[in-house]
Formats: sequence, C-alpha cells, structure tokens
Amino acid sequence: MTSLKFRRITDVLALILALSLAIVYLVPIYMTVITSLKAPEEISFMTAWQLPSEINWQGYAAALQKFAPSLKNSFMLAISATLISAVMGSLNGFVLSKYPIPGVNVMMPLIVFGMFIPYQSILVPLFQFMQKTGLYGGLPGLILVHVVYGLPITTLLFRSFYQEIPDELLGAASIDGADFFGIFRYLILPLSGPPFLVVSIWQFTQIWNEFLFAVTLARPNAQPITVALANLAGGQAVSWNLPMAGSILAALPTVVIYVLLGRYFVRGLLAGALKG
Amino acid sequence: MQSRRDWIAAAAILLPSIVLLGIFVYGFIGHSIRMSTTDWGQEAAMLLKPQINYIGMDNYRALFQGFLNIRFRQDLTNMFFFIILFVGLSLLAGLLLATLIEQLVWGEVFFRTVFLYPMSLSLVVTGTIWRWMLQPRGGINVLPTLLGLPAGQFLWLSSRAQILVFDWSNIVHYGALTLLVGLAVLCLGHWRRGEERKLYLKLPIFTGLFAVTVSGCFTDLKLLDYPEQHGFNVALWGIVAASVWQMSGYTMALYLAGLRTIPDELREAAKVDGASRMQIYRYVDLPLLKPITASAVVILGHIALKIFDLIFAMAGPDHYPTSVPAITMFLKTFRGNELAVGSSIGVMLLILVSLLIIPYLISSFRQGKG
Repeated sequence: MTSLKFRRITDVLALILALSLAIVYLVPIYMTVITSLKAPEEISFMTAWQLPSEINWQGYAAALQKFAPSLKNSFMLAISATLISAVMGSLNGFVLSKYPIPGVNVMMPLIVFGMFIPYQSILVPLFQFMQKTGLYGGLPGLILVHVVYGLPITTLLFRSFYQEIPDELLGAASIDGADFFGIFRYLILPLSGPPFLVVSIWQFTQIWNEFLFAVTLARPNAQPITVALANLAGGQAVSWNLPMAGSILAALPTVVIYVLLGRYFVRGLLAGALKG
Repeated sequence: MQSRRDWIAAAAILLPSIVLLGIFVYGFIGHSIRMSTTDWGQEAAMLLKPQINYIGMDNYRALFQGFLNIRFRQDLTNMFFFIILFVGLSLLAGLLLATLIEQLVWGEVFFRTVFLYPMSLSLVVTGTIWRWMLQPRGGINVLPTLLGLPAGQFLWLSSRAQILVFDWSNIVHYGALTLLVGLAVLCLGHWRRGEERKLYLKLPIFTGLFAVTVSGCFTDLKLLDYPEQHGFNVALWGIVAASVWQMSGYTMALYLAGLRTIPDELREAAKVDGASRMQIYRYVDLPLLKPITASAVVILGHIALKIFDLIFAMAGPDHYPTSVPAITMFLKTFRGNELAVGSSIGVMLLILVSLLIIPYLISSFRQGKG
C-alpha cells in the first residue's frame, strides 16, 4: 500500500547497505571511464582515482582506429551466427516438442550436454578439421563453430517455449490442411517473438564475448574484438587510456542490450540453468 | 494428427543439427580421447611424415608424475582452490544481494541492474579492467591513501607467496582426506534429516575409506620419488575478486527467482505461528532455496573448471602463479605443438565437468518429464 514509506530502521539500513554495495559494483566502471578519458601524461598510479583534469578523447580515437576491423568482425560474426543458430534452434525446438520422435528423451540430454562441455576437449580435432576443410582462420569457419555449439542452447530454449503451445492448436491447423511447414510458418512463427528475442540476446552476448575459439581459430584479419583487446592489454608499453577505451568499446554493444532488454537477458540466463 | 509426409519433413529438418552435433561434440570428443593416447606432437611432429605411436596412458601419467610437468600439477592445485573460493563466495554474495533486494522498499530495479551488469561483459573486458584495478602500486592499493592511510602493499596478481603448502607425492592421501570430509558432511546431513536409506548407503563407504586412510596405506602410496611442494598461490585472490564481481549477479538472479516462487502463504503461516522476520528467513526461505543452490553449484563449478579468458586477459597465459589446466592446454597445443598432451588435458577437464553435469542433466530432464 504505502510502499514508499520506511517502516522500520532496518529498511533504512538495508538501503544504505545496498547503496554501498552498488558503489562497490560500479567502481570498476568508474575507474575504466575516467582512465579512458585521461591524456596519457596524466595517467599515474597515485592519481588513478582522480577525475581527469580535462576530458581527452585521444584514447577513444586511437582505440577506434585500432579496433575498427575487429569490431566489424565481431559484429559480422555475432549477428550471422546468432541468426542462423536461432533459426535452426527454432525449427529443432518445433520438431522436438511437437513430433514425439522415438528416443527424444535420450536425445535432449545428449544435445544439451554439448553446451556444457569444456571446449578444450574438442579443440584439437576441431582445429584439424578446420585446417583440412580450409575453414581455418576466417570468419565463415568461426561462424560455423558458433552455430554448431550454439545449437544446444537455442534448441533447448525454443523447445521449452513451444511445449507451452497446446497440441490441440496444431491438430486444428492440420485438419484445416496445413502441413509441417504451413503449421510452422502460420502458427508457430507468429508466436515466436519472445523466444526469438531471448535466444538472440543470449547468443549475441555469448558470441560477442567469446574468446577461446576466437584466439585459436581466427587469423589476425578475422580477429574478433576480444582477441584484439587481449593482445593489446598483453603488451606492456601501452598507455592505459587505450585498453580502457577499448574495453568500453568492446563492452558497449552487450551492455546496451542488457540495459535496454535486461528482462529478456535474465530470462535467457535463468533458462541456461535449465529448470533453475 | 500428423501425416507421414510431415514426419519425414520433421526428421529432415532435425537431421542436419543431429549430424553436426554428433560430429562436433561426440565425434571430436572420441578423437580427442584417441589422440590423448598417442605421442603425436612430441618427436613425431618433427618428422616430415609424422608417425603417430600409441603410448596408452603415458601422457596422463606424465602430467601427474613427470618431472617436467610440475606446472600442470600447480595448475590443478590452483583450480582446486579457485573452484572452492569462486563458487563459495559467489553463492554467499548472490544470496546476500538477493536477500537485500527483497528487503528494499525502493529502487529494486536499479539495484538489480547494477549488481547484474557485470554478467553482460566479456571476461576479457573484465580481465582488462581488473588488471588496471589491481596494479600493485595503483588501483585498489592506493585507495587507502585517499583517506590519508598508508597504501596497500598486496601484490594482487604478481605475488609468488604460497600458503597451505603440501607435498604432491602424498596427493592420494590428501585426496582421500578431502573425500572423507565431504562424505562426513553428507552423512551428517542425512542423519539430521532422518534419511536412513541414504545414510546406510554412504556410511559403509565412509567407514571403509576411513579405515584405509587411518591404516596409512595412502601415505605409503607415493606419487613421486621426491617431495614436490604445491599450495594455494596468493596471487589467485585477484582472479577470485574479478570473477566473483562478474558472476555474483548471476547467483543473485537465481536466488531472487527462487525467493519469488516461495508462496506468501507459507511466510504468513509462519508469522501467525509467531515467527520473527529472521526466523522466517532461516526456517522458511533458506531451506526452500536449497535446490537453487544445488543448480548454482553445478553451473558455477563447471564455469570455474573452464575458466580461461579471464586469466588470459588479467595475468597473461605465461604467468605461472595464476595458471590453470585450461591455460596450459592452450600453451601446450598452440605454442608447443604438443597436440597429444593438449588433448589429454582437454579430456581430463571433460571428465571433471561431466562428473558435475551428467547427474545434473539426468535429474533436470527427469523432473522435466514429470
């Protein structure tokens, strides 16, 4: 009723504690932003916490120039792999929820297991496979890898969503003469907006942020942003405004998605833990 | 209701995914296992036409006992401590944050967003940022000087100090002790909850293992001929701090979702019975959150086993004190060209992850059916 009234002293204490914790969680971002806006001469360990005396965009200019190719790679990689794996996941989910294929109860855990495996356990054969097929080093190969290892989660998410659609609806549609593709196109697809959003956000974030495949399977000209950033930060001679500005650029797409569509992000997050 | 043509279409749609996953997951795992039993990449790779010889379990044996693989054994030690600290602290922080948010009369959405946003960052970004935060003579260490206090001296990532040092040649003995403690906790839980069947199943295992351990069989079983010191590398605290910052929002989201599913009638009933706010939390909320904790342990545990990006970006792959098996796997495979040894490490990680994930998958899908 009167939700904005502090009923007890503990309510005030809880708010103070929450505010202090929020500061702790925001401190790394504060440090990143102020350092990225400093001139290289102004960056020193002792004054690391102070605001820049004047705002200097040099770090961003340098980072943009340096990271433009890898940002483009990341966008192309994340968008195409997200779309393909989402479409395939949606079709798979439809089949696995509405066509009780024999052995589906065994198949699902076997499919889902693929999203938990440590990729180190398939990396050597994958590397060889990519070299033999000529896919090693380029974006198409990386897209293929992200599509395949994205299939378990996209299939799982779509399947659990489609299971909620009553079978009677499908029965009625097939009496009206709709076949497999007709049902998918005119019945399932129009209902698939929310799961597509959840799956796409999840996949985009995962692929954008991925590092192991990127560092082992991409040649320098196909490098995603995570690899470029890690390589830059690995060098010692760089002034710190550059990696900090680079971090902001690398973080921006996923953080914007998170802030705008946080609800769907969390749903994917919780679904990743299966039944949670 | 579906015609035969529809069934064929359905099967045809599913088939490519099944084939791809079959090859890329199970086929490749099989190939890795086979490769891990060869000497591929050692002398064989030097020849023009490499001849690959099967050497059985020698790669695994060398990793655990070979003189040259001291780094891998420290990796395992690091991973052990990292898992415990990362999972434990993430659970605690997540529970604290969720409980706190449930108490708030204002700003719930704001705080939830702030505590969860690190989850949307790449671990490489997190690593880069925290590398700056944890500079030995800057970042967090100079924070006290803002209040006029002396600067912190802790060497976050570069410290070479080691605590809880043990002798690797006795690892079997220590492993047995760890297992005993785990079993004792489980048995005690069963006893307290009166789960007799489970207790009678585990008690003999505990007693047997206890008897063998006390008899000293395991201390006689030396893995190495010489003492080799390993322990908790203090430098890992930096990795733990960054990873808990990143993942505690996730456990918070899980616990919040859990707290929301607890029906208010339960709490009301407890209130009518005269329970205080703290008692409701302790005796109604916490017990009902146990399944969430179980899933969180599995999810966080398998993330901890695979941790690679964060350490790569924070400390670099060549930094011995913070290395883990996934890092050494990368170095052996892609720098050292020791593909067989790399595969062995990959397979070991797979076995460890499977121990967590397979029971979890079985129970999830069994529940899902019911």
